[in-house]
Amino acid sequence: MIRDFEYFVPKTLKEALTLLDRYRDECKVIAGGQSLLTLMKQRLVTPKYLIDIKRLSGMDYIRYDAKEGLRIGALTPHRAIEKSPLIQDKFTVLAEMEHRVASIQTRNWGTIGGDLCHADPAGDPAPVLIVLNAVLKLASLKGERTLSVEEFSLDYFETALEPDELLTEIQVPLVPPRTGTAYTKFNVIEGDMAIVGTAVSVTLGEGDTICSDVRIALGAAAPTPIRAKQAEGVLRGRKITDALLEKAGQAASAEAEPISDIHASEEYRRELIKVLVKRVGKQALARAKRA
Amino acid sequence: MKKELRLTVNGQPYELYIKPKTLLVEVLRNELGLTGTKRGCNESACGACTVVLNGMAVRSCSILALQANGGEVVTIEGLANGTVLHPLQKAFLDYGAFQCGFCTAGMLMSAKALLDENPEPTKEQIKEGIDGNLCRCTGYNSIIRAISAVAKGEYKEAK
Repeated sequence: MIRDFEYFVPKTLKEALTLLDRYRDECKVIAGGQSLLTLMKQRLVTPKYLIDIKRLSGMDYIRYDAKEGLRIGALTPHRAIEKSPLIQDKFTVLAEMEHRVASIQTRNWGTIGGDLCHADPAGDPAPVLIVLNAVLKLASLKGERTLSVEEFSLDYFETALEPDELLTEIQVPLVPPRTGTAYTKFNVIEGDMAIVGTAVSVTLGEGDTICSDVRIALGAAAPTPIRAKQAEGVLRGRKITDALLEKAGQAASAEAEPISDIHASEEYRRELIKVLVKRVGKQALARAKRA
Repeated sequence: MKKELRLTVNGQPYELYIKPKTLLVEVLRNELGLTGTKRGCNESACGACTVVLNGMAVRSCSILALQANGGEVVTIEGLANGTVLHPLQKAFLDYGAFQCGFCTAGMLMSAKALLDENPEPTKEQIKEGIDGNLCRCTGYNSIIRAISAVAKGEYKEAK
């Protein structure tokens, strides 16, 4: 079971950052703990100090500005994003994605920031945030910096967060006009982690038939969430047809590095990528046409 | 080093001293003797440990008790009103919505949280509302029927 730890509940962001600066690699930060506690129970993670930021004020919010776009506080629970009328209206794909995360109980307590910092490549938020061009705000006592979600994951369960840094905010820019975005993940039982996750964003240009931009991100297809850039290259600047989506799916499947595990073989995952890129690409295209 | 935990459980305030690593389910079962809440899988998959914390259904095996400090918890023991069963409990009895009973406490708490948020869910919404609770015995249909019956108002007088 869980090993004993010394427990801190900082009241302000500055207090939390001070503790991180002091204890660095000897401490772990807990937000909702919906991923971390499972690891701690298995003793895969045994921090000497635990810094509980779940109740840090001012980090649970969903804000929208007509010029700046969406700002989500890192401590916003998944459930709040799922149920937010603002997000359902303006960033529907985020609400749809959150609906697929784990279970209601987990979504009630777990946070989007915690999910991103846990950096499970099968996580749902990252691929969607990548195709939405989202950026993360990281804070330390030294100041703030921003990093794209794409650059944030470095390896399995490893992020670019420095030992003295906290993720404070997720920034999602305005969606360009004539853009449609969709996400799905394949799993066997609803609530399970993705066996493969796929997010696609399509922007239509000339005459609403040519795809002026496309972004494809895959979850559970590599050590980190990845952009399927070869697949994007197949579609960008062309009129998207079923046949072209088929080619894009094949390209994505080839550039991914999925593993074999108890849930699926590498072969099966590669096959899933072909299918999902085509399926989600079609959805995104249809949404772009309606946008 | 033990820390102070203040918690209201089923309307009753408690003050405890616990190690920070203590999980909410451990406080409920071991410290307070409320063993209705079950620890099914211990890894956040089965939902047998579901309780309502500050109005939300949560997995009590996956929350440090101290994170609930100052909060309000409702467990299965708090569902009935004295000796008068909650409509959901009556419906579960009438519709045979449990067999071994191990998932039942968590299932009822998820159902309660669902109906508190959405008093008249559709069948699909009921399924979604309990999809975080596994049942090995019933096959779920009797559970869905029971919750549906309450949602349709079959137990209105009981409320």
